[in-house]
Amino acid sequence: MDDIIIVKDLVKEFDGIKAVDKISFSVKAGEIFAFLGPNGAGKSTTIKILTTLLKPTSGEILMKGYDPAISPDKVRQTFGIVFQDPSLDDELTAFENMEFHGILYHIPKEIRKKRIEQLLKIVELWERKNDFVKNFSGGMKRRLEIARGLLHHPSILFLDEPTLGLDPQTRNHIWSYIKDLNTSEGVTVFFTTHYMEEAERVANRIAIIDHGKIVAQGSLQDLKKKTKTSSLEDAFISLTGKDIRSEHISSMEQMRMRRRMFRR
Amino acid sequence: MKVIYILWLRQLKRYYRSKARMIGALGQPLLFLVALGFGFGPIYQKAGGGNYIQFLTPGIIAMSILFIATFSGIEVIWDREFGFLKETLVAPVSRFKIMIGRTIGGATVSVLQGIIVLLISTLFGFRPISIYLLFVSLIFMILIATLFTAVGTAIACLLTDMHAFQLIINFFIMPLFFLSGALFPLQGLPTAFTFIARINPLAYGVDGLRATLANSAQFGIFTDIIILSGITFIFLAIGSYLFSKMQV
Repeated sequence: MDDIIIVKDLVKEFDGIKAVDKISFSVKAGEIFAFLGPNGAGKSTTIKILTTLLKPTSGEILMKGYDPAISPDKVRQTFGIVFQDPSLDDELTAFENMEFHGILYHIPKEIRKKRIEQLLKIVELWERKNDFVKNFSGGMKRRLEIARGLLHHPSILFLDEPTLGLDPQTRNHIWSYIKDLNTSEGVTVFFTTHYMEEAERVANRIAIIDHGKIVAQGSLQDLKKKTKTSSLEDAFISLTGKDIRSEHISSMEQMRMRRRMFRR
Repeated sequence: MKVIYILWLRQLKRYYRSKARMIGALGQPLLFLVALGFGFGPIYQKAGGGNYIQFLTPGIIAMSILFIATFSGIEVIWDREFGFLKETLVAPVSRFKIMIGRTIGGATVSVLQGIIVLLISTLFGFRPISIYLLFVSLIFMILIATLFTAVGTAIACLLTDMHAFQLIINFFIMPLFFLSGALFPLQGLPTAFTFIARINPLAYGVDGLRATLANSAQFGIFTDIIILSGITFIFLAIGSYLFSKMQV
């Protein structure tokens, strides 16, 4: 399999502080890749750089052969993304949100219509296509965002904490959609999560980042073997020295969680 | 073009669907119109100024456009905080187009609101001087709306969160409004005051609206149009520059 994302010696500094410190990794086309790390480890910064929202301080990136610094629009066409926070317009309907996305990605009208129908049916929202997003549950919003992220046939789908704040049934549900789409659309999935068991269950390969550095990467077996542990959770603690969920939550995170609860 | 259109359409749909916001935004201008219009009317008349409602209405229209336009520009912060902005920023579309689409959308909504205020003011006795000039007044409404949507966007790009919002209202929007001659004539005021009014872009908008709607200009309609469009262009440029540099 070819490498669809190649990152080499990537550095991002904010006012002299290295949020991402010379990381290198690659993601193979068609695989499900988990990117794990404690809060503030550099996950979101890395995703922002890969998705052209931030410019790196130094390092090389190739997304399906394109360099985000040189051809950002080419790169933008190659991926779809579900952000950590909901990024739908609540005051538009499900269909309008899809339509908006389709036009932004220059999808011709006929293809757009068919594709929206196909994807909304897959995530079981076709019946509710004319409902306002503000009336959707958290799980429905996530499904809609996943469908929207796939509308323009991206090669890569980024999922930043796709199941945060959702109940276990909904989380299972979301993952079954993602796995199906990974197979049927052949889309490479790059995701972050706080739930170790999710990464353990769905990821083909895993990278763990801590303090801006990649501390381990490989398959689940590789990580367990390296740390001589029996589960990803234990491997994670052994590599980073902390439990992913039990650490201090910043006030920003708290606000975000509260808002999430309030909105869903 | 399609991209600009869909961004414009989104703003319009949001405006149209949020009746509470639409009506809420009418409250303040109407209160000013009724309270000041009828409150100061007799004194103004006695002082030889003529019909105060006739004088005040263009100022109130400018005010409602100023507020809505600035807010819809500042809405960028909202969209940034609540995620939707990212959806547009990761799309294969230049930031300039996004900025232009949003600005035209915000400006359209503000002009619509201005027209509604104009219509309502006729209930309180306001009479535009001519149908022909009514269309010219539309140009001023569009210029004021575009200018302050761009200003709002520029402010939003510089702010990191909503905490400075109250600051902007009290130290930027309110002074712009009160020192624009929207409520009282600028003739015969202290020099410092006149100077401030002269560097206040809204003063030219108010003056232009008053010239076209109530036939009492101070700077003159052509001065108004030239200065206002010049400043609008400058702020569109500043706004697009800041928007293109903004990091999320």
